[in-house]
Amino acid sequence: MLTLIAILVDGLIYSSYLFMVAVGLTVIFGVMKILNVTHGSFYAFGAYMSATLVGIYYQTDLPEFGGFLAIFGAALVVGLFFGVVLERGLLRFLYHRDEHTIVLATFAMFLVLEDVLLMIWGTDPYYATEPMGLLGFIDYEALSYDLYRLSFIALAIVVGLGLWLGLTRTKWGKILLAVIFDREISQAMGINVTVVFLVTFVIGSILGALGGAYIAPTISVSPGIGVEVIVLAFAVVVIGGMGSIPGAMIGSLLVGISRAAAVHKFPEIELFVIYAIMAAVLAFRPEGLFAPAQARKI
Amino acid sequence: MRHIDKTVVGLTIAFLALLFADFFMAEWMRFIGLQSLARGTVALGLLVLWRTGLVSFGHALYFGFGAYAAAMLTLLGYHDAFFLVFAGTLIAGLLAFLLGFLLRRYRAIFFALLNMAFSMILYGVIVKTEALGSTDGFSVLAPTFLGYAPEGEAVQTTLFLFTLVFTYLITLGVHLYLKTTLGGMSMAVRENEIRVEYLGYSAEKVIHFKYVLSGLVAGFGGAIMALAIGQVDPDSMANWTVSGEFVFITILSGIGNVAATFVGALVFELIRTYAFEYAPQFWQFILGGSLLAIIMFLPDGIWSVLSRLRKAEKAPSP
Amino acid sequence: MSVVLEVRDLQKTFGAVVAAKDINVTVNEHEIIGIIGANGAGKTTFVNMVTGYLKPTSGQIEFTGRNLIGLPPREITKLGISRSFQVPQVFMSESVFDNLLMAYAIAEETGMGLLSPLYNDERAERVDSHLRRYQIAEYRNATASTLPQGTRKLLDIAMAAVRKPTILMLDEPTSGISAEEKFGLMDIIMDALRLDDTTVLFIEHDMEIVERYVSRVLAFYQGEVICDAPTAEAMVDPGVREFVIGEEYHRTRTENGGSEHA
Repeated sequence: MLTLIAILVDGLIYSSYLFMVAVGLTVIFGVMKILNVTHGSFYAFGAYMSATLVGIYYQTDLPEFGGFLAIFGAALVVGLFFGVVLERGLLRFLYHRDEHTIVLATFAMFLVLEDVLLMIWGTDPYYATEPMGLLGFIDYEALSYDLYRLSFIALAIVVGLGLWLGLTRTKWGKILLAVIFDREISQAMGINVTVVFLVTFVIGSILGALGGAYIAPTISVSPGIGVEVIVLAFAVVVIGGMGSIPGAMIGSLLVGISRAAAVHKFPEIELFVIYAIMAAVLAFRPEGLFAPAQARKI
Repeated sequence: MRHIDKTVVGLTIAFLALLFADFFMAEWMRFIGLQSLARGTVALGLLVLWRTGLVSFGHALYFGFGAYAAAMLTLLGYHDAFFLVFAGTLIAGLLAFLLGFLLRRYRAIFFALLNMAFSMILYGVIVKTEALGSTDGFSVLAPTFLGYAPEGEAVQTTLFLFTLVFTYLITLGVHLYLKTTLGGMSMAVRENEIRVEYLGYSAEKVIHFKYVLSGLVAGFGGAIMALAIGQVDPDSMANWTVSGEFVFITILSGIGNVAATFVGALVFELIRTYAFEYAPQFWQFILGGSLLAIIMFLPDGIWSVLSRLRKAEKAPSP
Repeated sequence: MSVVLEVRDLQKTFGAVVAAKDINVTVNEHEIIGIIGANGAGKTTFVNMVTGYLKPTSGQIEFTGRNLIGLPPREITKLGISRSFQVPQVFMSESVFDNLLMAYAIAEETGMGLLSPLYNDERAERVDSHLRRYQIAEYRNATASTLPQGTRKLLDIAMAAVRKPTILMLDEPTSGISAEEKFGLMDIIMDALRLDDTTVLFIEHDMEIVERYVSRVLAFYQGEVICDAPTAEAMVDPGVREFVIGEEYHRTRTENGGSEHA
């Protein structure tokens, strides 16, 4: 019983984390049809920036809870900067090229940014555990959870709900859906697709950076975290159906809880669980669980 | 309308020149040459897929499979290069044949990523398997060649000769294959699968065949690489960055001609060697930067520059 | 005349939408049949089912006595039913010649033959004569994407006809073609197909074309065949007049009254 609770809670925390890193990727893919490998860099930069800002913040005498502002501030700064620079400086020149080329361009950019990261922060790990200490722990029988990790769940729900409401309840959301459905007709009807793309990419970037920034206090921020995340996020997004937000949610839950179960029950297969799920889902539903509808071809 | 195939002539000349050069080459050049041939052969398979409109981000799977298969056979006491390379090639091809039944249903980015997922499974297995040396891998003893057991520099000289002959044959084979009906169907499947089906052939079958071909040559490249560097390890054989390097070579070379693939592989190997020599901390930066530059300014790869130069030469002066 | 295609009780539903209902059609050898109906009446769905692109919800399709249900398009093509498309499905970045060369190669090679060279002089000769038959020889080396709409449609149909199919189904061969060019285009197509005695079913919106080239009409309305009759009869059928042709037709018909048979 206790194991079951542990699996569920661990699973939910991990799922929330996965959702946070995958949702930005799926938003960008959904609107722009671009599989953005630099998402991993946004995540890594978000984490490093967060660790740095949190570190600086706690050297001042400002109120302790303001440390969270440093986290969100880091996500915003990183997301805005890279979002605008990459979309305006690189991607817009490639929209007319085929999708492989664009993925490769983002892959190339990812490689470049990996080394830029090392130039700025070096190879030593960073720790910024202060915000985690603030929230304390919660105990249940033999289990003990820190509230910071549990707050992932809340953040994922807020982000998920926010995106969903934004898409379905606002004028901007409607415009976005129109662009997703048919880019050319939207353009003909006077929608400024250039702006829509820029805004979408920046939102996706901020989400990616937020994933990194928010998890930073719980991990040792060190080289290589971007690679790990991009592979995970791909798997989640592919399982859920690329470009679908509910898909990203279901995909995260499926992977998160299975992985938690594996960790508790069969630790040796932990690494393969994600890929096994991915292969299984794709074998039966090639387009993922929640694939957007396809138009008639002939 | 019989005409001489310039690519065949060019390949043959290059083959004979290298064959001769093998005996005079500096050791480091031969080493770079071997790696270029190994990686170039893998890229050859990617070229065939690319012409079909498919990009794989996971061919390190077959490269690593071929390399580890050959290396593991040496642990069992087999040392003949012919046998090791043949087995590595075949077993990678077999894996491609099996996975092909699933993968041939996918296109575009799904195809690319599923390949990556499968390659990461192999990577995970290797890293977790202590018997295979985990992240350190293990070393591979020098091979013998049908009973001939060279020593010292002769090992590399013979291996280079061996690799050269087979790479030449494979490259020639792929070149001729591209001119057959099945080879030409790459274009047809890339351009319009619906039309292919309505002309009476299965696009999935076309893709499956090409996929197996790409798996075979990647296995070959892997087995050669294992023998060439005398070692296998997951990070340089099976990691996703290795797959990325193959894609890099393919895009650098362009898909215009099989010969370009080896030029691209050589350029890649040189960049790599010098980057590691002088600025190892900037390796990814250099790799990514050159990839971006090619994408932006040289979309059809090195070959397009060569053919443009040739056209300029032939054009009548005004 | 023998029956080549027999369709019985064909149904197709997409969720709650009925795209085809109780379709019963018998096609004889060498017939030229026009399929008419408003947009969304089920014409293309019918062609898609016969050629294997869509699987019917229920019903029978038999081609020269062979059951076609469940066969993929490529198998049906090999048996002898080909089709063209409303939006031409060609290899856009290739030349007209290479498009047809590939079409011939796929039609002619099987098994190990697929590993023989794509190009040979005899095949090129066949391609060139096919180009002349469809009067697109002047575009031989033009890239398909640069072709005028009418020429691209001809290429699409020429590719479908490469196998000399028993039945050829044309999906709106004249859509997107200017009124002046339509008859010229149809003349080329029909003359070319007549040489092989091909049975033709084509979807058409222009009643003048229907009247000139077709001996029998299938009229679709909301997924059903509401009229299956010789052309002259179909044109005066009240159902056809109300649901397919509409009132405006009367005017154009009297202007071209003399051109009723194909």
